Amino acid sequence: MPRVIIEKDRCKGCELCVRACPQQILRMTREINVKGYFFAEVFDQPRCIGCTLCALTCPDMAITIGANSVVYRFFEV
Amino acid sequence: MELIFKKPESLTDTITHYCPGCTHGVIHRIVAEVLDELGLRERAVGVAPVGCSVLAYNYFYCDFLEAAHGRAPAFATGLKRANPNLIVFTYQGDGDLASIGGNEILHAANRGEKFTTIFVNNAVYGMTGGQMAPTTLPGQVTTTTPFGRKVDDVGYPIRVAELLATLRTPSYIARTSVHNSEGIIATKKAMRKAFSYQKENVCFSLVEVLSTCPTNWGIPPKQAAEWVGEHMVPYYPLGEFKTPEKVH
Amino acid sequence: MAKLLMKGNEAIAEAAIRAGAKHYFAYPITPQNEVSEYLSRRMPEVGGCFLQMESEVAVINTLFGAAAAGIRAFTTSSSPGISLMSEGLSYITAANLPTVVVNMCRAGPGLGGILPSQGDYRQMTKGGGHGDYHLIVLAPASVQEAVELMMLAFDLADKYRNPVGILADGLIGQMMEPVDFDALPKPTVYDKSDWITDGAKNREPHLIRTLFLDPVPGEIENRKRAEKYRQIEKNETRYEIYNLENHPKLVIVAFGTIARVCKTAIDELKTMGIEVGLFRPISLYPFPYTELMQVGEKAQMLLSVEMSNGQLIDDVKMAMQGKKPIHFYGRQGGIVPAPDEIVEEAKKLFNVS
Repeated sequence: MPRVIIEKDRCKGCELCVRACPQQILRMTREINVKGYFFAEVFDQPRCIGCTLCALTCPDMAITIGANSVVYRFFEV
Repeated sequence: MELIFKKPESLTDTITHYCPGCTHGVIHRIVAEVLDELGLRERAVGVAPVGCSVLAYNYFYCDFLEAAHGRAPAFATGLKRANPNLIVFTYQGDGDLASIGGNEILHAANRGEKFTTIFVNNAVYGMTGGQMAPTTLPGQVTTTTPFGRKVDDVGYPIRVAELLATLRTPSYIARTSVHNSEGIIATKKAMRKAFSYQKENVCFSLVEVLSTCPTNWGIPPKQAAEWVGEHMVPYYPLGEFKTPEKVH
Repeated sequence: MAKLLMKGNEAIAEAAIRAGAKHYFAYPITPQNEVSEYLSRRMPEVGGCFLQMESEVAVINTLFGAAAAGIRAFTTSSSPGISLMSEGLSYITAANLPTVVVNMCRAGPGLGGILPSQGDYRQMTKGGGHGDYHLIVLAPASVQEAVELMMLAFDLADKYRNPVGILADGLIGQMMEPVDFDALPKPTVYDKSDWITDGAKNREPHLIRTLFLDPVPGEIENRKRAEKYRQIEKNETRYEIYNLENHPKLVIVAFGTIARVCKTAIDELKTMGIEVGLFRPISLYPFPYTELMQVGEKAQMLLSVEMSNGQLIDDVKMAMQGKKPIHFYGRQGGIVPAPDEIVEEAKKLFNVS
């Protein structure tokens, strides 16, 4: 199962990952990080399909994606 | 747990100084991934421009130079001619490349210098605070076009990819965008091609990447991404304008 | 090999190759085009690279790239071209990179003319570009000396990691004189491995930059550079003296080709029983202030002879610190003073007619 790991203090709250996620499982928190930004979080991890689009879209390398099984590759990069 | 997406080795851990939603970070990562995947990091020398990405050397884990404004293609020429084994890339914005550095990029491309240029086009001068660039769209409001860019006064935006593609010298010239997932994937492919041509010592390569500047456009990042799709892509069509295989 | 009869421009080009400079970037400008023409043929023979660039602006920045890659590279140009390179020279200095730039000075300002001049004295020695920096500036008076200084220029550039300028004029470039390459010393090889950008293999990345947004490191960089200039001033001052044995009352200060004209004038004055000495700075930066003071103190007056409108005289005044009267004789617009003119000028100063 894929797993989205967000390093919250790298996040600048741009929300581009929220826009990119085809499953719409990301949202902005109501908390702020060390830089004072509302940061992104995953609220429905089990629905993640491991497409990596959120990570590809993040300008700040705040998202890493792990998987403990084989994940379907939706596209070649 | 295996990581299926992680930071490329050619990037450092440093958090960028770029504004929230600025797509420089995405383009940096794409370049770094390509350097990793083609095994070029240890031979790579980047040339930073003057503009927001002047500090790019803080984020790339490879040798780097900081060029004078617009002169990165001349720096790259000197580096590559001095040491042809290097993988040289310039990373330039639209003010740097299309305005003050117009002559240098034109002639480097025309000589067929075997380096790669990443041309980030966000239609505005970012670092100096949002002035009109040669790529600012007709009617676009900037701090020096408060009533919108008037084309009968300052002309139409320069389409750099098309312009350079008219040169007879073989090269790889493409325009992509990073405003959506599809564009990011296409940018990665074009970037890999561009660096592969250099790796194989084939030709000059340039990828123009349509990018956002939420801060100076004065709109939130998500809207900025949409603005690229709605306004920039129609004026700056995406695709490959020239490949070395196709003789014009 | 015996002595070769060579045109100055071609001799300079050959000297650079002997110094190990296999990369030459340039833009055409009179009166130094023979360098490019010579090297366009010669570079392929030695496995080097000649590239005619789109402008002097591009040239100087290409030299930046080449220097960063760790090789010896150089350019030649003339006054308006050097103006265009000034920005790049400031950057190269700021980045602590070595390079060599030859200025075959022509008349100015503006397009001026293509005849010999020394009007770029201030431009070469006092800056031209922005910021606290100096070029090391060497001024040859003959083709043989141009060759020797060219070899030295590359060594000094590498030793101090600072651009070196050769300030010559159209006369040096265009005249043919015998040159002996055999007597020249071998170029020194400097280890550059700890700073060049040749790919970060098995080491941390090297970064060559000139931007310091934080003022504290910015000042530290400037102080380090200032210390380097103190070292250069201590070690690299060069000059020539002529006819000082009989303690002349008048000492002429002149550099480059015009100093040779002055020597002819001095010889002529000697036949008239008038003793005049010559002090010829070879390094214009670092200027031999102390040495000129020592010579000037023993004379009654000095005369700065220039192919410019009073530029060298500023440094003569600085050297003499107001202790002796300093006179000026100069021609501009590309006119080279004839020995007779200098003889007349000296006689006037001695109240002899």
